[in-house]
Amino acid sequence: MEAAALQFFQGFWSLFGLWDWLWSWFKPFWPLAWTLIKIVCILAPVVAAVAYLPYFERKVIAYMHVRIGPNRVGPFGLLQPIADALKLMFKEIIVPTKASKALFILGPIMGLAPALIAWAVIPFDAGLVLANIDAGVLYLLAVSSIGVYGVIISGWASNSKYAFIGAMRSAAQMVSYEISMGMALIVVLMVSNSLNLSAIVAAQGKGTFAGMGVGLLSWNWLPLLPMFLVYLISGVAETNRAPFDVVEGESEIVAGHMVEYSGMAFALFFLAEYANMILISAMVSIFFLGGWLSPVGFLPDSVWWLIAKISFILFLFLWFRATFPRYRYDQIMRLGWKVFLPLCFIWIVVVGAWMMSPLNIWK
Amino acid sequence: MGAVKDFVKGLFLVELLQGMAVTGRYFFARKITVQYPDEKTPQGFRFRGLHALRRYPNGEERCISCKLCEAVCPALAITIEGAEREDADGTKSRRTTRYDIDLTKCIFCGFCEEACPVDAIVETRIFEYHGEKRGDLYYTKQMLLANGDRYEAQIAADRAQDAKYR
Repeated sequence: MEAAALQFFQGFWSLFGLWDWLWSWFKPFWPLAWTLIKIVCILAPVVAAVAYLPYFERKVIAYMHVRIGPNRVGPFGLLQPIADALKLMFKEIIVPTKASKALFILGPIMGLAPALIAWAVIPFDAGLVLANIDAGVLYLLAVSSIGVYGVIISGWASNSKYAFIGAMRSAAQMVSYEISMGMALIVVLMVSNSLNLSAIVAAQGKGTFAGMGVGLLSWNWLPLLPMFLVYLISGVAETNRAPFDVVEGESEIVAGHMVEYSGMAFALFFLAEYANMILISAMVSIFFLGGWLSPVGFLPDSVWWLIAKISFILFLFLWFRATFPRYRYDQIMRLGWKVFLPLCFIWIVVVGAWMMSPLNIWK
Repeated sequence: MGAVKDFVKGLFLVELLQGMAVTGRYFFARKITVQYPDEKTPQGFRFRGLHALRRYPNGEERCISCKLCEAVCPALAITIEGAEREDADGTKSRRTTRYDIDLTKCIFCGFCEEACPVDAIVETRIFEYHGEKRGDLYYTKQMLLANGDRYEAQIAADRAQDAKYR
């Protein structure tokens, strides 16, 4: 692919007779430029998806409320995200007098950046991954943990009690659910015997059912169903989405850590939330739903399956939001520590025993 | 036994899935949104919108300045001043010299309409009006009479339809 890209640029600049001169100057920078091109190729669709996810959220929730949802800006309201973005860009970013200015600006950036850099290790197809590192799962866990700093820093720097309470809630909640997510992942790592995301997906393509042509039933979600649910629900809690959105809890603490933010700074939090949703959906798809693998034998594996799976999980996120009322804060903590964590420990032992027994299906 | 049942129900997310089934069904239900500027809901003949003062067919205004509407108005939105007036045939009659309704105070309860013994003050079906400053929504006698003149046909038809229930 790199050679093809080079050939394209050579063909383009040769039209002006500039190629040789340009290449002699540009050659040392090519690896850097090629990496940047790859990053843009990954992030451009992600950012476009982040822009349109709020639109689909409004549409889906409206449909579940028997309403129509946004339909005024452009056909079917499709230009709504652009109108919203323009509005937010032209708004003033107000920095409170008593805020810690540098941290106040750093907060939203710290929120969005981890959600984007995590995409470096997400495999889109066999071999189609920016950084095919063997510790991909560790990288994902590490990077997604940084996201909580965006919330804490912004809540602290705002110097407002609502923002501070929101940040404290968020810190406790995200840390609690990260443990459950990590424990659920341990089971996945046990059965796939690798920390490499591509290998984890490939491991899901083997098994009795995959041999019979219904790969759908060989993916991790079925044999590890409790862990799939724990991971999915923890993912919802991790992204501070309804019904676990006490962090912003608008009826109690206005908007939590976002309360002092306006304009584009607020928009960054908004984007971070949706970028995190897409990332969590991608992780669920890769760990439990077989990534790019086709559900049935007669259809080819492709990146479109991954996109379909991510979309399905995202739809679940919106469906949850339309269905469930907000959890009480102590109930969230109870669910994380007293239900999910013991469940994970038990299931690690169960799967460990299963793998040691003659009934092991993951050989 | 109930505790065991609750535990099993909670473990298998039974009630959460039931809830999602409800919202999932409504996702495909027919949408009932009325897209307002393009579509409008039907109005009843008792619709209570913008006020109007009516006249008799001969052009004489109906209001006799009895001030019952002013007295009944719960929002104190109506202000009336009245005086005696020499009519063309030499008799005297009582008429308003001032009849103001502050629509920023009005709660559109319809009590003024109910209280009026001569059906002078009425509420029309008009609800799409606006003011660009607060004063624009302070309706004077002339403005209310103009409303009455403008919408008399609709007003009379609505009153005729309502008459059999009174």
